[in-house]
Amino acid sequence: MPSVSDILDTMDYGTAPESSTHAVAWLNEHEAGFGHFINGAFTKPGAKGFDVSNPANGQKLARISLGTAADIDAAVKAARKAFGSWSKLSGHERAKHLYAIARIIQKRERFLSVLETMDNGKPIRESRDIDIPLVARHFYHHAGWAELIADEFPGHQPVGVCGQIIPWNFPLLMLAWKIAPALAAGNTVVLKPAEFTPLTALAFAEICREAGLPPGVVNIVTGDGATGAALVEHAGVDKIAFTGSTEVGRLIRKATAGTGKKLSLELGGKSPFIVHEDADLDAAVEGVVDAIWFNQGQVCCAGSRILVQEGIAPRFLTKLRRRMQSLRVGDPLDKSIDMGAIIDPVQLTRITELVEKGKQEGGTLLQASCELPTAGNWFAPAIFTDVEPSSTVMDVEIFGPVAAVMTFRTPEEAVQIANHTRYGLAATVWSENINVALDTAARVKAGVVWINSTNLFDAAAGFGGYRESGFGREGGREGMSEYLVPSWEAALKPAVAAKAAPLSALPPDSVEASAIDRTAKLYIGGKQARPDSGYSYSVYGAKGKAIGQAGLGNRKDIRNAVEAAAKASGWSSATAHNRAQVLYYIAENLSARAEEFTARLRQMGASAKEAKAEVEASLARIFWYAAQADKYDGRVHNTKSRHVTLAMNEPWGVMGVVCPDEMPLLGFVSLVMPAIAMGNRVVAVPSPRAPLAATDLYQVFDTSDVPGGVVNIVTGERDELAKTLAEHDEVAALWYFGVGVKMVEAASAGNLKATWASAKPRDWLSRTQGQGAEYLRRAVQVKNIWVPYGE
Amino acid sequence: MNELRPVGAASRFAPVARNPGTPLTLDWFEDVQVNLSAAERRAASIPARRSVKKNYQAAWLVKALQCIDLTSLAGDDTPGRVQRLCAKAKRPLREDIVKGLGLAAMPTVGAVCVYPAMVAPAVKALEGSSIPVASVATGFPAGLTPLPQRLAEIRYAVEQGAHEIDIVIHRAQVLLQDWAALYDEVAAMREACGEAHMKAILATGDLKTLRNVYKASMVAMQAGADFIKTSTGKEDVNATLPVSLTMVRALRDYGELTGHQIGFKPAGGLKTAKDAMNWLILMKEELGRRWLEPDLFRIGASSMLGDIERQLEHHVTGRYAASSHQPLA
Repeated sequence: MPSVSDILDTMDYGTAPESSTHAVAWLNEHEAGFGHFINGAFTKPGAKGFDVSNPANGQKLARISLGTAADIDAAVKAARKAFGSWSKLSGHERAKHLYAIARIIQKRERFLSVLETMDNGKPIRESRDIDIPLVARHFYHHAGWAELIADEFPGHQPVGVCGQIIPWNFPLLMLAWKIAPALAAGNTVVLKPAEFTPLTALAFAEICREAGLPPGVVNIVTGDGATGAALVEHAGVDKIAFTGSTEVGRLIRKATAGTGKKLSLELGGKSPFIVHEDADLDAAVEGVVDAIWFNQGQVCCAGSRILVQEGIAPRFLTKLRRRMQSLRVGDPLDKSIDMGAIIDPVQLTRITELVEKGKQEGGTLLQASCELPTAGNWFAPAIFTDVEPSSTVMDVEIFGPVAAVMTFRTPEEAVQIANHTRYGLAATVWSENINVALDTAARVKAGVVWINSTNLFDAAAGFGGYRESGFGREGGREGMSEYLVPSWEAALKPAVAAKAAPLSALPPDSVEASAIDRTAKLYIGGKQARPDSGYSYSVYGAKGKAIGQAGLGNRKDIRNAVEAAAKASGWSSATAHNRAQVLYYIAENLSARAEEFTARLRQMGASAKEAKAEVEASLARIFWYAAQADKYDGRVHNTKSRHVTLAMNEPWGVMGVVCPDEMPLLGFVSLVMPAIAMGNRVVAVPSPRAPLAATDLYQVFDTSDVPGGVVNIVTGERDELAKTLAEHDEVAALWYFGVGVKMVEAASAGNLKATWASAKPRDWLSRTQGQGAEYLRRAVQVKNIWVPYGE
Repeated sequence: MNELRPVGAASRFAPVARNPGTPLTLDWFEDVQVNLSAAERRAASIPARRSVKKNYQAAWLVKALQCIDLTSLAGDDTPGRVQRLCAKAKRPLREDIVKGLGLAAMPTVGAVCVYPAMVAPAVKALEGSSIPVASVATGFPAGLTPLPQRLAEIRYAVEQGAHEIDIVIHRAQVLLQDWAALYDEVAAMREACGEAHMKAILATGDLKTLRNVYKASMVAMQAGADFIKTSTGKEDVNATLPVSLTMVRALRDYGELTGHQIGFKPAGGLKTAKDAMNWLILMKEELGRRWLEPDLFRIGASSMLGDIERQLEHHVTGRYAASSHQPLA
């Protein structure tokens, strides 16, 4: 070590290694290898296994068992067995368990931090100051939800056995995000940690044992992608929660399609980091450090597309370059290190290849000239300039410490560039002007928006993405919903899939007499439109006679309807009061035609009493959603002091709504009204057997000031149209009530749209089953906007 | 052991040229934005991102000691008290500790800082050393006496032998955003200082907002301040890391615009060795190695030295030290 006199001259930092003694002792204790944690005990290390190593030096840390389908099966069975008693515990009893876990994590904070850093390669500063404290916070917060579950979520019950698959970038934190809400809601879990980073999950298993958690409530099976696939495919799993790549998310969506498994996905991103000309530039530069050089840039919500207003770009870049040079990269256990090691050689290769591609495409790479260790996986902090929206590095998630910088001219253009992506996980906005900042936050398509800050997390706030960044939220009230289902749903029975003859464009054998021939066309953009096919099909009444004709819509009609809906964006920005007025007006005009609709329903086979009840229920339902239009608000979450964390409910945009066969009027109204009340524009497919109650609504909509394109109706073969909707990338969410759930869910994987699909007919007349907060919750996506304040 | 290195002129660096100031240039600061929450986050991360241990820690503490303006600004100061302070300034560490650290010479503090009336005894007591005497002036701490008196006070202190003058600004001029008035007064003070270096105390606890802090920093530098300094020690909030961060960023911006190197002095509330380390890390992180020398960095403190002594004794002996074992200042 240099002498004090020498150091007085250089004033170097030297090294300040965090001791790994306890973590090493723990690893030595498990030198024989780790088994899985199933039913409250560790299994013997499996015959097949793999080594995990320290990314900072390549040295082996431990031998890990490779989970087989049999291991998964044993774990799911243990979880199923435990579910019975765990789900029946009182919220208070479960709260005590979660509280005990939180307390033990807090007592083991340093051990877990060191272990995480050794396994993952992230700087000890981050695991010590960010990851592990957030883990403890998450369990405390959810001990609270466990306590309050009956009060805050009446009429709900846990989903069952949850299969959870987590990534390697925040190993223990992602475990906490998955396990804490699942347990609080009364579920039991089988968790598969990432192949690269299973160690803190295994340490957590020991904590569960120490905390006296009943056997089987938490099961941890280590392994690789095949182990994860076995968990996803296991028939005994009721829900899958996944955090990882969009690519794997898509596979999981397809694999779980039609299985009835609830699904939440938290996927990739290419999040914009927007610096307006009135920003505190030094603060924004420091923001870049926290955005892209945090956790070596291996962060799904990393601000990796830096958009800077053109006039300040030179100054900003000068500051950014200087700051980048002062970053210290090296031994992650050194307390004076800003950036640690890349997780694995595979990831390093991916980063290197993308960076090479960026250079070949004409980008200029600026990289910190810091010295890198020789052993291990390292990549110095870097930024790309001279890139365009079409550049690979501006488009593809690098998942490394490399940001791409480009300029914009106006706030308008910033939003345009920001939203020009398939992802929508997070966004950062720097501006000292509240108008610019909030306007940008409102218009950017992202599940999390940080104003004048970045990468802030808290258990009380929801986290999750728009678009192909996934669906579902983790954290806070929003996250709890992912682990609960309405209690009455359990009693529903699947519909018997009756073999229905295809819709026929041939002339009907017999026709019920009517005054003047009326042929319903399609309803697109506020106008009646002939079906593209040029065909109509006969609709038969209860007596087997044709009672009318409906358009035989096809994929082009769906395309046109989606286009009309996309154009009607003014509806989403209209005031909630305005939307409520339109809904009330719909009810008013429907009421005026109540007799006509009652007659139509009777034609379809309803008794006089039933028909009257359905029309009356429809009117009440429209009123109910009109009432909710300006009342289903967001929340302000309690996160950090001097921060407003706004959870805003935003409409999806264009939604597909495929209506059930039962209750042709009420079913349609029950689905379309909440969707449009929340500001969505809808392409609705009415029941193909009984479309006329819906097509009769054209005139009601026409007279009720419903702007063209807000409600579009395409009649025809349900599943053919539903498939087109599911595959349409402009459609952000799809509700489907019919027997083709599997097809719809699988087809939705293209743009990972959120789906709500059920093959179990519900009682649409029931106020519990046919209306309620769940419809509203599913009609919106929550955007969490973090607004720190202070002068 | 009494061979003293000349203070403020570390051999490895070129000496700092004095700041001639610039005309009042509003464009450089009027539209400045400083985000409080972001400044607080960065300030909080500075001690968290760096840790200095063992020999490095000892060296950094010696460096902190060399940057201290050992201060006594009390109503009951007497020539005798000042003489004692100066003795401590010359021999801040016990000889066994200096030897234990392997230092070639007894390190000395950056300066001794006193009221104008105590300059003469300080100069006398420090005769033969190269430790400069700093004097507060201009109606310290509130700065609300008439300008002619304030300027006369500077001239008096300089005549008494002060090498450095710590002036206070007229806070109302910042609160009313009267930059021309502030500039004119500080420029007049700089003129009155003559050869003596001028440190401009902004009394940031009175200015409240970080934007005010940035603007006042910029005006003081444009008016020719050699150093900008946070506090008198008499405001209800003294030096904080977010305020210091804002000031060092201002002086960095000024340096980029003019090429002049400005010094920084946090004062008030810095009491522990840990405080000293935090501010040294701030300087190195935001400004670089050059700002770790007493010609560009000072710490205004009175009790911090005792804590540094104890930490250094612990480094040398491996045993925790008692404050009664360190000579009194």
